[in-house]
Amino acid sequence: MESLIVRTAAWLGVVLLAMVGIALAADRGFAVHMGIVAAAALVVLWLTVSRTDYAALARGIIRSPADPERYDDDPIRWGVIATVFWGVIGFLVGVIIAFQLVFPALNLSNEFTTFGRMRPLHTSAVIFAFGGNALIATSFYVVQRTCRARLAFPGLARFVFWGYQLFIVLAASGYLLGVTESREYAEPEWYVDLWLTVVWVAYLVVFVGTLARRREPHIYVANWFYLSFIITIAMLHIVNNLAIPVSLTGSHSYSAFAGVQDALTQWWYGHNAVAFFLTVPFLAMMYYFVPKQAERPIYSYRLSILHFWSLIFLYIWAGPHHLHYTALPDWAQTLGMVFSVMLWMPSWGGMINGLMTLNGAWDKIRTDPIIRMMVAALAFYGMATFEGPMLSIKAVNSLSHYTEWTIGHVHAGALGWNGMITFAAIYYLTPRLWHRQRLYSLRMVNWHFWLATIGIVLYASAMWVAGITQGLMWREYGADNYLVYSFVEVVAAMKPYYLIRGVGGLFYLTGGIVMVVNVWMTIAGRLREESPMGQPAFDPAADRPLPAAAPQSAE
Amino acid sequence: MADFLTTHRKIERNITLLAVLAFIAVAIGGIVEIAPLFWIDSTVEKVEGMRPYTPLEQAGRNIYVREGCYACHSQMIRPFRDEVERYGHYSLAAESMYDHPFQWGSKRTGPDLARVGNRYSDEWHVQHLTDPRSVVPESIMPPYAFLANREINDLDMGAHLLALSRVGVPYSKDDITKANADLALQGDAEADPSDFQKRYPKAQVRDFDGDPTRLTEMDALVAYLQMLGTLVDTESAAALEQQSEAKK
Repeated sequence: MESLIVRTAAWLGVVLLAMVGIALAADRGFAVHMGIVAAAALVVLWLTVSRTDYAALARGIIRSPADPERYDDDPIRWGVIATVFWGVIGFLVGVIIAFQLVFPALNLSNEFTTFGRMRPLHTSAVIFAFGGNALIATSFYVVQRTCRARLAFPGLARFVFWGYQLFIVLAASGYLLGVTESREYAEPEWYVDLWLTVVWVAYLVVFVGTLARRREPHIYVANWFYLSFIITIAMLHIVNNLAIPVSLTGSHSYSAFAGVQDALTQWWYGHNAVAFFLTVPFLAMMYYFVPKQAERPIYSYRLSILHFWSLIFLYIWAGPHHLHYTALPDWAQTLGMVFSVMLWMPSWGGMINGLMTLNGAWDKIRTDPIIRMMVAALAFYGMATFEGPMLSIKAVNSLSHYTEWTIGHVHAGALGWNGMITFAAIYYLTPRLWHRQRLYSLRMVNWHFWLATIGIVLYASAMWVAGITQGLMWREYGADNYLVYSFVEVVAAMKPYYLIRGVGGLFYLTGGIVMVVNVWMTIAGRLREESPMGQPAFDPAADRPLPAAAPQSAE
Repeated sequence: MADFLTTHRKIERNITLLAVLAFIAVAIGGIVEIAPLFWIDSTVEKVEGMRPYTPLEQAGRNIYVREGCYACHSQMIRPFRDEVERYGHYSLAAESMYDHPFQWGSKRTGPDLARVGNRYSDEWHVQHLTDPRSVVPESIMPPYAFLANREINDLDMGAHLLALSRVGVPYSKDDITKANADLALQGDAEADPSDFQKRYPKAQVRDFDGDPTRLTEMDALVAYLQMLGTLVDTESAAALEQQSEAKK
């Protein structure tokens, strides 16, 4: 009883503090954010004092099976739902901003829906909301299985999940309200950054706590990747977001660094958001789900050690390749380029280890659309990690930098690698987490695969052509020694490619909606009646000995 | 090889060891690349003409950040013939020394803006921001008409300048106490700018948005755009010296 009173008082305190925040707010963004915090705290307050068992009610809504003696899977179920939800939101916003570049009227003539404010909403929604939820959910799933231990600190694990959702809501609403630090992929303002730090430390505690409870002597390779992801993201997040707020009740802050130093700190962060958010932990997913789905052991233990250490060591150095030919000193640019080229090897080490795991199970690419997604993910990973080092070479970069080529490169990696491997993991997890016999429909997975693949091909090829066209037009000189094209002529030349890109995105979004239906129906416990995939029909007519051999030729 | 596997067996059985080694592996690159930038000459040297932003320019810069202009416009001219002819002298490190945060950008959906200052008239900027396609039919920029209706008289730029001085921008006490007055003064064509311009050389004082009765976000953003790249005389000796220094 006493603890209930203390908890109630604490949440009431948070509500009151947030109310004071609203009253004293120096700007609209901060006031709205404090309102969101107050609402969240009120909900928790209600859950604390109410006699209704909302936890049970929630489990009923998501049809969560009870698993008191097995692994603690509830936060993972919520994670799967959140991943699918935010994924579709992120894709949708991406499609909208893609079409804004074709039809500027879609900016809708108000401040909240301009491209400039929607773009960080798109990037953060797909990277941190879709990707981040997938990573938290799969890491909790994988660490329990590979350690054969229940999740440590179950309360804290739930705090990590819901705290992370609050971070997402604050970040997303902030972008639309114009609350931003303008640091790409680290746009949230100082107080949202502080909140994420708290959530992230809790995440580390839950993860390491579970590792410490393991009943296996060895820490499985996937967990090395997850652990280095959590640690490195903490380091990057804290250093890159060092800032002085203008007022403790206002949303604005000024970066601790300026100019060159600020640029390199940001791209040290920015590139390693790609490295340690979109690569390292997704490789962890690969190291668990690919062998599980293929029912084959990992190809090489030795290769996994080599490529893990070389990957995490080399990746950190690659940041300056985002600043080629800028005012950053030459030596730093060259270092960034050299390490980026070296990165090609450990990157492909990971791809090879994943693909070769299918040794002896290659036929599953034909019969199992989930395996096909994984293989496509690894193929796109291989392509993107070849293209990346190539773009980091200064001569290539002088053409590609500032153009759509970069956008195409990022999306080959994000849609192909991160998207596909996440979809595969979701399809693996959903029937297992809800104790269903199988997915609602494997044929819909197949549809999703092809919709996504067509989408990526349209997207990437349009952006490659657009980027190279853009780069060449900007530097085109005529016989008269003058620049041939004005800037706006280049903008006009981009229109067809922007349109194709938007259509590609629409395909990808449609695939995402197919996934929502499939996951929803699986959770609901429905099974679609469909002929199984890849099982050739029995043809009695063909089931007989070969006809008599043709007359043998004279010898 | 067997030896290396035995050693690794120790690492992968021990969380602390694994975590510490992983942290060391990821810390080295950043330390080697970033730390020197805080003391090597070419990145911390001043060039003649650089000064902190005036309160109105800084307010405009904050709007530039808020609206995510950096998502489509770079402010970093690379040392190539076509860029220099299109946008002006290539950007120097010192030109962004007071930029918290930097706005170099990473994408040119629109043109580079590092030296856009004084290239177009105020009227052009206001018209372009209000309805981009009315002046550039092929433009795909969003319209920012709402800026002209937002008054910024009650903005506390003193607090902003104080925060900036805490992260190292050399504003004097005088600058900070007069910040709010300076904000209004710079947008007022009737005011006496002598003291203001002594503290902020080359600062442009006038009504920027075509509406002298009000000080709006449009005033601030146009004031910022009109000063971009105008402070340093890139042909001057100091700048040339810095360039040769950077080449070393």
